[in-house]
Amino acid sequence: MPTKKIIDRIAEATPKTFAHRVGALSDKAIAWLFVGPSVVLLLAVNIFPLIWTVNLSFTNFKANRLRDAEYIGLRNYERILTDVDTWQSMQSTAHFLFWTIFFQVLIGFALAYLINKKFKGNDLWTTIIVLPMMLSPAVVGNFWTFLYQPQIGLFNYVVEFFSGVEASSFSMIGSVNLAPWAIVIVDTWMWTPFVMLICLAGLRSIPDSIYEAAECDRASKWRQFWTLTVPMVLPFLMLAVLFRGIENFKMFDLVVQLTGGGPGSVTQLTSIDLKREAFEKWRTGYASAYAVILFVTVFGLASIYVKALNKVKDR
Amino acid sequence: MSGYSVTAPSGRQKWFAGILVITYAVVTLMPLLWIIATGFKSSEDSIAYPPKVTFDPTLEGYVNLFTTRTRITKEMQKTLEEPTTWYEQIARDNNTVIAGPSRYGERFLNSVIIGFGSTFFSIFFGTLAAYAFSRFKVPIKDDLLFFILSTRMMPPIAVAIPIFLMFRQLGLNDTHLGMILLYTAVNLSLSVWLLKGFIDEIPLEYEEAALIDGYTRFQAFYKVVLPQAATGIASTAIFCLIFAWNEYAFAVLLTSGSAQTAPPFIPTIIGVGGQDWPAVAAGASIFLIPVMVFTVLLRKHLLSGITFGAVRK
Repeated sequence: MPTKKIIDRIAEATPKTFAHRVGALSDKAIAWLFVGPSVVLLLAVNIFPLIWTVNLSFTNFKANRLRDAEYIGLRNYERILTDVDTWQSMQSTAHFLFWTIFFQVLIGFALAYLINKKFKGNDLWTTIIVLPMMLSPAVVGNFWTFLYQPQIGLFNYVVEFFSGVEASSFSMIGSVNLAPWAIVIVDTWMWTPFVMLICLAGLRSIPDSIYEAAECDRASKWRQFWTLTVPMVLPFLMLAVLFRGIENFKMFDLVVQLTGGGPGSVTQLTSIDLKREAFEKWRTGYASAYAVILFVTVFGLASIYVKALNKVKDR
Repeated sequence: MSGYSVTAPSGRQKWFAGILVITYAVVTLMPLLWIIATGFKSSEDSIAYPPKVTFDPTLEGYVNLFTTRTRITKEMQKTLEEPTTWYEQIARDNNTVIAGPSRYGERFLNSVIIGFGSTFFSIFFGTLAAYAFSRFKVPIKDDLLFFILSTRMMPPIAVAIPIFLMFRQLGLNDTHLGMILLYTAVNLSLSVWLLKGFIDEIPLEYEEAALIDGYTRFQAFYKVVLPQAATGIASTAIFCLIFAWNEYAFAVLLTSGSAQTAPPFIPTIIGVGGQDWPAVAAGASIFLIPVMVFTVLLRKHLLSGITFGAVRK
């Protein structure tokens, strides 16, 4: 950047006394002074606890007992990875992740595509659509249990109204078959606008001139959609999927309020399972190992994904 | 728009797109409208079948939200004096007398204190760090920035275990200070990344001119850069506030009494025989409506806010 060089030249040309007047502190000192507090706080609240977690994961520590912890090597990890319940909740999480992302991408992209037709008042309606995403998931999730009530719930009533299935004949959060879909529906309701906003930014970044050129070459609208629109929006879409993937892998508040992991444990996502181990059964060492496994999983998957994303961007 | 364009959508396409989008918007808004409406229903109306769209509005839910009541019989009611206030009258109509205020006011106030406190600190430290990252050669800059972002990837429950132990040792469990510290740290990733984007957009020339005029770095920072970044700082602050306001996982695990915020409290509002839905809805309405207002105010910056500045218009 040429501007930097100008600064350097001025610095060289300026006599020492002037440099002293410019500031008692050098730029380097100011840089550290400014960055320091944030880094220290993050070290104290994120990294130190993370190291502590890794350390605890090799012990049989229980936070509700005074007894000293003993090191038991890798036994916690062994137990978690051979536990049927762990794999059960991994499976629930995978189901939740796959279907929420599937519906959110589908509906989110469709909405963005329609909004990009720039009909009158599209800004207003975009803002309205975005509202659910900004609200407290726990508070909203709790209220959805009311909408899902058989007989009196609005959701069941609407289903009855359109399909004729009696409202009191099914319970979205009480039935083993329906509960996994109940959480997918609410999450999709809440987070589709997120995907929509990012897709909309992607669509708006495509210059009109490209379509004009395609039009001159007599490419059909269908062809334009698949060879221009989709590839140009893809990096944006992939970014949206990354964000949703990480967020939903961590999912706790919405689902714990909706179903509490039940019925049985069909909606017991890994975060909910972890909370039970850590704060209900108080198996702190075991839960720490679980936390490490989850963190490594999300970090590993995200890294692989970001590599793929960069490849698409470079294309 | 004037002139003919081959790429502009036709009038019919616009109509079609408009109708579909508006239909979606109306459907997606239903649950939120239902929350607000339920807050003004009587308990009988709230559980009526089929669900009632029109009803006589009452403030019963709001009275129940803010008070604790004891049930009295008709005979006892006759022995009592006439109620003096409108809310006592509402309680009396439902065969109860008000025994005292509920916890909702306190919990709401906790949300305000912790929300604004943590927002202030994460913006204060975040602005400093973002300025340094934007303007200076910081060693291992990219690694530091990635590290700051990666703290957001950890599941909150995973971080909560050692934080719980650490706070217990330091006596910070269930305190305002502890929660403010924690939310500040969580929000730093957002504020540093967003603010760096905003500061990057301010041309360097202004500061250079100020430095040549004899300003020190500090003066250039707060007299030249800060005023220009004001809009960015304000919208970042609202995002931090909304996060702290909505946060549930840490709040439910690390607070139980004196520092408990509203999100873990609202679902625990219980009436006779299960949840008192009008009261829950009233509590949710008061809690959610400020965020809806902020969302409308923020609409221009929403995109960069939700993607940590990765995507902007």
